[in-house]
Amino acid sequence: MRRLWTVAGLPIVSILLGLVVGAFVILGSELLLPDHEFSWTLPITAYAALIEGSIGSFGAIVNTLVATVPLVLAGLSVALGFKAGLFNIGAQGQFLMGALGAVAAGVIVADQPPIVAIPVAMAAGMLAGAAWGFIPGILKAVSGAHEVVTTIMLNYIAISILAWAVSGPLKVPGSPSPITNDVGNAAFPIVIGDNGHMGILIALGMVVIVSWLLNRTTLGFEIRTVGANPDAARYAGMRPRTLIVLTMSMCGLLAGLAGTSIVLGVTHSMTSSFGTTVGFDAIAVALLARSNPYGIIFSGLLFGAMRAGATLMQIEAGIAPELIDVIQATILLFLVAAPVLQRVLRLRGVSGGLGATETITRSYGREAVS
Amino acid sequence: MTSEIEAVQAPALEMRGITKRYPGVVANDGIDLDVRPGEIHALLGENGAGKTTLMNILYGLATPDEGEILLDGQPVRISGPSDAISRGINMVHQHFMLVPVFTVAENILLGEETMANPVFLDRREASRRIRELGARFGFDIDPDAKVGSLSVGWQQRVEILKALYRDARILVLDEPTAVLTPQETEEIFEVLRRLAQQGHSILFISHKLYEVLEIADRITVIRRGRVVGERIPSETNEADLAELMVGRAVELTVDRGESHPAQTVLRVSDLQVADDRGNPAVRSVELEVRAGEILGIAGVAGNGQDELVEAIIGLRKVTSGTIALSGENVTAHGPRAMNEAGVAYVPADRHRFGLVLPFSIADNIVLTSYYRAPFARGFLRDFGAIETAAAAGVAKYDVRTPSADAPANTLSGGNQQKLVVAREFDRPLTLLILDQPTRGLDVGSIEFIHRQAIRMRDEGTAILLVSAELDEILELSDRIAVMYRGRVVATVDGRSADKNHVGLLMATGGESREAVDPAVASR
Repeated sequence: MRRLWTVAGLPIVSILLGLVVGAFVILGSELLLPDHEFSWTLPITAYAALIEGSIGSFGAIVNTLVATVPLVLAGLSVALGFKAGLFNIGAQGQFLMGALGAVAAGVIVADQPPIVAIPVAMAAGMLAGAAWGFIPGILKAVSGAHEVVTTIMLNYIAISILAWAVSGPLKVPGSPSPITNDVGNAAFPIVIGDNGHMGILIALGMVVIVSWLLNRTTLGFEIRTVGANPDAARYAGMRPRTLIVLTMSMCGLLAGLAGTSIVLGVTHSMTSSFGTTVGFDAIAVALLARSNPYGIIFSGLLFGAMRAGATLMQIEAGIAPELIDVIQATILLFLVAAPVLQRVLRLRGVSGGLGATETITRSYGREAVS
Repeated sequence: MTSEIEAVQAPALEMRGITKRYPGVVANDGIDLDVRPGEIHALLGENGAGKTTLMNILYGLATPDEGEILLDGQPVRISGPSDAISRGINMVHQHFMLVPVFTVAENILLGEETMANPVFLDRREASRRIRELGARFGFDIDPDAKVGSLSVGWQQRVEILKALYRDARILVLDEPTAVLTPQETEEIFEVLRRLAQQGHSILFISHKLYEVLEIADRITVIRRGRVVGERIPSETNEADLAELMVGRAVELTVDRGESHPAQTVLRVSDLQVADDRGNPAVRSVELEVRAGEILGIAGVAGNGQDELVEAIIGLRKVTSGTIALSGENVTAHGPRAMNEAGVAYVPADRHRFGLVLPFSIADNIVLTSYYRAPFARGFLRDFGAIETAAAAGVAKYDVRTPSADAPANTLSGGNQQKLVVAREFDRPLTLLILDQPTRGLDVGSIEFIHRQAIRMRDEGTAILLVSAELDEILELSDRIAVMYRGRVVATVDGRSADKNHVGLLMATGGESREAVDPAVASR
């Protein structure tokens, strides 16, 4: 029990505090609404609806699982980056490009048998994501360009490419709004409930693979060493440059797979408004789980549950789904401010915040890489 | 002498029964310490003995669980560093806290600004006071010199002046001679003696037994949080102090026996290497190390030794020149190739090149061999083999830890170095490079490392030893090369070398031709 507290104490406290802040936001919003009767219990109603909408029925649970899939995959993308000392803010862009790749290929193979269509569409999505991760990786390896800067820019580029593709080359001819064709047979089969698609299994599988890679293989050892101490890695004969390019590409692949899972598993086509905030939520998911692949299952489920339950919360309590963003952002804020939290709340025995497992920033420029 | 006269006065500083507990360890256990006015009192102890904790308490950075502090006989509670400073307690840290681009005066004023009026500094008054203080203690300081342009010895003086400017009555000096040459050390000692004569009390923390015997009026030895002895220099010697510090008899100078140098293993020819900024750090260096021989490179830190060593091991690119290992040109070899050719490296900055601190001891032991059998089969790591090797290494090299799975950052400095040694030494070696191998280590660990080095030499390994500790060089080296500003300015025989002569060469570069003993250099 004590070990659990040490490892998970800070994330748990951050979550609780996030929920508390969310409650205050709800109360505050009540005061701002005209013609609204103030009710102290509105936060409770809202949270109850949130819980019911996420795990209150079999269908709700399946919805939660579906919402969790992209969060886990993108979370793995960010976490893998952290292990290598890289801050992959570009998960969003890689996610979008992966979705685009999957839909583009899916449309082409839509009439093929599923055994062909699905792997092809998936591969296209993973490749597109990997390519979008490769770019900042090679830039950093060759010139030391910090991945935070390059990946954010690439996020914007990805958004634009997506908008162009969906309104242009991929648009259904004659359609009034930008929407692509359906991916037909490339769609993921349903494995549970009405809409629980194969992506659930893929996400679980990736957790196992990433954990195995990091902890059991020589490559994983090299990745973690470059993240923990690039100088010692050089002395050990590892090549930080190569590892950075490889890791960023793998991060891109994972985030691309996240986008692929939504396109092939849920929407089956893409509109210009395809753009959830998965890539950014993934950062919180990774941090909350301390970049531990199995921990990401839990933090992914938490965020996925909140997303899934948001609709019911809106119906029953009248609270906009954006409140979920507020809560998630607040949790992240508390997590990052861990040292302050520890002191103010006098938490004992919790292992220290982010510095323990992640590198949020590393020096700019050439010195970082050799 | 001062102590006899002042015996009846209240001590300037007294720490009584100081106890401080941290989770799992009692850092200070009922420590009694007193310093008289005008006394130089040395505090001696291994790493982890509790010296830092005690000084933190004195400086207000920690509060004792039990015990009290008295200044001039009055109990006080020190709430923080600014409180300590206002009471006249000043610390001069081992790592200087100076701003290189500021002048001497600006550094001294920082935090204790002398104001002409509420808005402007009174630079003239500050300069005047600084010059006066300098004169009083026997050195001429230019308040307008930029600190970055001063030598390390002079920077040390600026640090001391900072304390004096704040009317320090009690000066605490933490390892003040760690970065000084023998000459600079003597000069600082002169300053300290003058300070003591004028009534200041000095608490001198050090590892270096001979220095402590030379400068101190009284010596207090701490071990594992307790005071284990108090001595007067005239009544003790290095062996006695070392035994107190470590708890057992310590061999201070390992018997190095005879060395039997054989064929040339390492040959460095006309080597030019640049530093991180692109400036030449190693200039046309020629070196030779033979099997079964220890070549010591003496020099003050920062004269190109690190760049030389990094170039040899393959961590740094060579601008021109060649490095040959047993006749083979290895100039372009990277660290892994050098490792596989039988070269081991104990780096000066062990936290940077030597260890991955968050990783386990076991992972650190296989850091350079993780990719090959038996520790890996292709892609997959073999944890059974790693565990076995780690346990063996920990036992053989006396790394004190509850388990080989503990992270390396839980080890003390000495044990971290032993961990590096456990990894690097435990195979047949052609060439061993030791760069500042005992920096920051306690007497027991130093003895251990020196023994291991002699053992490797006797097994026929060629050893390149780089150290800023002249005594270490003299103790172990068969031949000594002095590096100054990137060049080897002299090569002398190790056993007959004169400490003062070498120290002078380290500090000034000497005259390269006359300093070379022709019989040695042309061998």
